Amino acid sequence: MSEFLIKNGFVFDPLQGIKGDRMEIAVRDGKIVETGALRHPETIDASGMTVMGGGIDIHAHVVGPKVNVGRLFRPEDKLFKSPLKRCSRMEMGFSVPSTFKAGYDYARMGYVFVNEAAMPPLHSPHVHEEIRDTPIIDNAAMPVFANNWFTLEYLKNHEIENNAAYTAWLLRATRGFAIKAVNPGGTEAWGWGLNCENIHDPVPYFDITPAEIITGLIETNEHLGLPHSVHLHCNNLGNPGNYTDTLDSLKLAEGYTPKNNFGREQVLHATHLQFHSYGGDSWGNFESRAPEVIDYVNSHDNITIDIGQVTLDETTTMTADGPFEHHLRALNNLKWANTDVELETAAGVVPYIYSPKVKVCTIQWAVGLELALLSKDLMRTFVSTDHPNAGPFTRYPRVITWLMSRAARDATMKTFKWLEKTIDATSIDSIDRELDLYEIAQMTRAGPARALGISNTYGGLAPGMDADIAIYPLNPENMPSDPAEIEKAFSRCAWLLKDGVVTVRDGEVLTEPAKRTVWVDVKVPENAQVQRDIYEHFLRYYSVNLDNYSLFEEHLFNPRVIEVDTTE
Amino acid sequence: MKTVTLTMTNPPELYLEGQNITPDAFAGKTAAEIAAIDVWEGKLKSPLGKYFTVEGNGGATAADTKIILRGDCSRLKRVGQQMTAGEIVIEGDADMYIGGWMKGGKIHVKGNVDSFCGLAMEGGELIIDGNAGHHLGSSPRGEWRGMQGGVIRVAGSVGNDTATFMNGGTIIIGGDADIHVSTHAEGGTVIIKGNAKGRVGGQMVKGNIYVFGKIENPLPGFQHIGEVEEEVDGTKARFIHYIGDLGERHPVSRGKPVYGNIYTRV
Repeated sequence: MSEFLIKNGFVFDPLQGIKGDRMEIAVRDGKIVETGALRHPETIDASGMTVMGGGIDIHAHVVGPKVNVGRLFRPEDKLFKSPLKRCSRMEMGFSVPSTFKAGYDYARMGYVFVNEAAMPPLHSPHVHEEIRDTPIIDNAAMPVFANNWFTLEYLKNHEIENNAAYTAWLLRATRGFAIKAVNPGGTEAWGWGLNCENIHDPVPYFDITPAEIITGLIETNEHLGLPHSVHLHCNNLGNPGNYTDTLDSLKLAEGYTPKNNFGREQVLHATHLQFHSYGGDSWGNFESRAPEVIDYVNSHDNITIDIGQVTLDETTTMTADGPFEHHLRALNNLKWANTDVELETAAGVVPYIYSPKVKVCTIQWAVGLELALLSKDLMRTFVSTDHPNAGPFTRYPRVITWLMSRAARDATMKTFKWLEKTIDATSIDSIDRELDLYEIAQMTRAGPARALGISNTYGGLAPGMDADIAIYPLNPENMPSDPAEIEKAFSRCAWLLKDGVVTVRDGEVLTEPAKRTVWVDVKVPENAQVQRDIYEHFLRYYSVNLDNYSLFEEHLFNPRVIEVDTTE
Repeated sequence: MKTVTLTMTNPPELYLEGQNITPDAFAGKTAAEIAAIDVWEGKLKSPLGKYFTVEGNGGATAADTKIILRGDCSRLKRVGQQMTAGEIVIEGDADMYIGGWMKGGKIHVKGNVDSFCGLAMEGGELIIDGNAGHHLGSSPRGEWRGMQGGVIRVAGSVGNDTATFMNGGTIIIGGDADIHVSTHAEGGTVIIKGNAKGRVGGQMVKGNIYVFGKIENPLPGFQHIGEVEEEVDGTKARFIHYIGDLGERHPVSRGKPVYGNIYTRV
């Protein structure tokens, strides 16, 4: 097969601690190898350019039923925003792009792995069908657990082993990757028209608190030793004053240590933390509490976060947090969708405009950047926009530019209608920190790969890893003075090698190498109780038959299985 | 002002997508350059000159350019789409999407047009001497920001779903309107000189509708509050005033809720 030798580039690989050294990267048969192992390599001249591992997105909503609801009910999101056909499939949409556009756009940005943030277990076939139709990038998908009747019942009785057996069964049934928790308990309470206001507010009927759900899930996760930790969307998202609930949730991880064979160092990943770091008690005195929240994260090694940066675009919010989406609908009076997924979860979709003319939106913008810029460990702080909730993933290059350039932040802030009030309500104006390329590599590939437990394969450039290599037209010794050039470089990588195949050249997709579905297969001791519970619940409650529930093999596209054996 | 005359000499077998027939696209171009501009018949791209003979050069700017379309343009869509200035005259009938997303300038159609004309219009003037189809001055599919400004004047009658999600501007209809007028409107004015069939102002938040004739099936969500005398499009008359749609949310201005208004002539 093909061999490549990437020469003269400035290499950034935080997994190996390589900080912009000019070194050669060798590729053979889709893997990175020692340079001595090559015979007749094709040379890629990366002189004056930045070489990194392929990008890893730890949290994005790119495939599945609620994404598709967004596509269906926002035809205007495609109007005049669908470029002419450049690749093998048509591309369309902005905030909820078609599956094809999502794959191509990630590749153009040098990304190779995207973790779908919420998979309703009942609808896993839909998720996997869309994964198949998302070209180039490898996908994993996290089933949601924190409002699942089985999970609530087991955790209420503190039956961690039973919950672990159920979790293993569901991961296999849905070909899922990790334990996702969305508004623990609150989404189930929404079935009664209620919500869990804080982590000690019990779920109706089940009489378990969000705090008990979160700790139970952490114990389950570490009992199984999954590659990724519990992936938590905290309670009380998006409301003024919610930072106390966020801190309460994060504190639940205290005392837990990671147990796994995948190099993961955290027990809790708190996602889109921007939406959870607000002070004030109304929209009038809404303010940032990002410093308090990130201070806590800085001093607790067993937590990772992604920022959920607001990009100030018109976008489409979508989450399994059903009550929140209904609440949002009442704020902006736009069209909305909301649904219940029997026994498991719910979801909502509402379009949203983050306007630089609205004070709350510009404060939200600042909160996300504060979290990243005040972070002391960027191996635990990741770039995300909670695509498409705070903005589309195609804005990552802009987010990176804001992080790398005070001038870029200032230029954006000049467009704010309520600049003074935004500065008063946040600390953004007092932060001069500008991240360097090494830190960006930590936040966009090495860190997320380690947190997902896949850093032996993705996110770096060590021999033996997948040959996923992004080369950006940026010279670290001569960085452009115009921030727009940084954004352009990260939007259109000069080269992307995916599995050792030249996939993107000068920002254009050349080939579409086979993508993979990454899932976690957990072997647990046989558990008759859980088997019987599953059989009974399907008999009594589900509207589908157990035999029709699990994903059929034909839905699964090109699987890469990560095996975990808890029986040894 | 310079005039470009397009005469349809080779009518398309399918429908012709003419979004490039605008003063903005023609400005600064010679007749030969204009004849080379792209149009689409179905999915096939062709130069405009395949269907039209082109006489006259464009002006220096869009505002300086007038386009006259002659011949059978009844299978021609999207003329004047997104135009910002200048003038277009269509001497007969035209098809759908005439003047869609128009920002300025003037379009005068001397015959009838089909549906979706003046869609999401932001400014300018669209005059139709004949009848118009459905979704006149309406919002594009899925969009909640419909017509923002400008004037649409139809001498004849219109189809259904006129002015959906209207936010501003004026639509004047000389004849009758079919069902659904100003659905979801949050501003703007619709004047119907004839009759309206029904579902007028459904889920209307703000805005005005004047009906000179009768509303065949008025909606129950509107409340009769009195009589007013007003001058509407040059006609002074007494109108019965209704407010609504009471089933919809209404913004509060200076402590008082703002409603949509329907006026029917006494």
